[in-house]
Amino acid sequence: MSPLPTPSQTVGPFYGCALPSPDGHRVAPAGHPQAITVHGYVRDGAGSPVPDALLEFWQPAPDGSRGGAPGSLRRDPATGGHAGRDGVTFTGFGRVATDADGHYVLHTLPPGGVPYLSVCVFARGLLHHLFTRAYLTGGQVAEPWLAALPAERRATLLTRPEGAGVHRFDIRLQGEKETVFLAFD
Amino acid sequence: MPSNLPTQQGISCEIDQQAKAYAASGAVRHHPPRDYPPYRSSLLRHPRQPLVPVRDPEAAELSGPVFGATDVTESDADLTRGQAGEPLGERITVTGRVLDRAGRPVAGQLVEIWQANACGRYAHRRDRHPAPLDPHFTGTGRCLTDRQGRYCFTTVKPGAYPWHNHTGAWRPSHIHFSLFGTAFTQRLVTQMYFPGDPLLPYDPILQSVTDATARSRLVAAYDHDLSTAGDALGYRWDIVLDGPAATRTEGSRP
Repeated sequence: MSPLPTPSQTVGPFYGCALPSPDGHRVAPAGHPQAITVHGYVRDGAGSPVPDALLEFWQPAPDGSRGGAPGSLRRDPATGGHAGRDGVTFTGFGRVATDADGHYVLHTLPPGGVPYLSVCVFARGLLHHLFTRAYLTGGQVAEPWLAALPAERRATLLTRPEGAGVHRFDIRLQGEKETVFLAFD
Repeated sequence: MPSNLPTQQGISCEIDQQAKAYAASGAVRHHPPRDYPPYRSSLLRHPRQPLVPVRDPEAAELSGPVFGATDVTESDADLTRGQAGEPLGERITVTGRVLDRAGRPVAGQLVEIWQANACGRYAHRRDRHPAPLDPHFTGTGRCLTDRQGRYCFTTVKPGAYPWHNHTGAWRPSHIHFSLFGTAFTQRLVTQMYFPGDPLLPYDPILQSVTDATARSRLVAAYDHDLSTAGDALGYRWDIVLDGPAATRTEGSRP
């Protein structure tokens, strides 16, 4: 008999000392010429900023490989603190906490083979994380489930260009322009 | 505390109503609903639209991040070490296995934990509970699972603490866990509770898991065989990651 799953619980308000790292948002190796920036705001059902959300991003490397690499959360064995990324390895994984304005920034490389970044949202008040995707293609997407969404719903998954290499992606947890969240089971 | 907060009696009544509605539905639900009014912070933070199913065998979410020796240090699994002195409180060992839905061990993956100190206070600037901070306890730890999917932490038993969901709201003792599987779809953040804690029935966060059997899977088992003489009391807690596992081997291409 297959075992039954462990239920989810909220990340709560006090993950800050355990989960984020100072360069969790720097997925692109330092100074990489193809680096892109994705940023935006997380808001709740009243339109207020969510200052204690934790976002995780996962994506294939620019060459399409999906194996990832260790080193997203390197630790310093001398101090027990954060050692930071090595500045060379592309791990495919980013972790960013929103700031007091509900804002986040991610620096990464364009994903290979797919037009999107996978996003996982955690927050106090959210009993079970939410998956969504940030599409970087300006609306040129062939996936049937995406094409089947009403235009205004689909728009919540598409990043908006804001100048060279900068993409805006807001997340609305509830209400007007509520983000489309995804199920994979 | 503001008087417009609901009472424990009111929240307990809502918890009962949710449990009855779940029982009457005839469904089996392993996870909490995101819309669970007794936990007031969920009110504005859950989507009202249904999730959109993605049934794509090529979805990037069927692969996931990997971690390695550089992402942890050896002492990170012992939360009682690394400071100038020993933390106060009851020393405990928490161990178990991380499995996928097929019962296979999740090997070499990252497990992260965080918790309050023995007095119920987090080493976090936003925690305003006037219990003492412990200068010898940060309450954070991490490790990689071994080949059998095992993890093991040494720490102190966290204290209960009051919060502002309602008047008289106290969180039971708990340890927060963050887990990765072979695929991003298996991601899990959850909380482990302690057996026999009298606060369990009053807590809307635990009770948001309306299925009693599922709820029991969040409570660790006391294991006397783990309670090594004069060192630490032992708790055993296995974790099963939901969601599809990776559909391809690491690094492979479509």
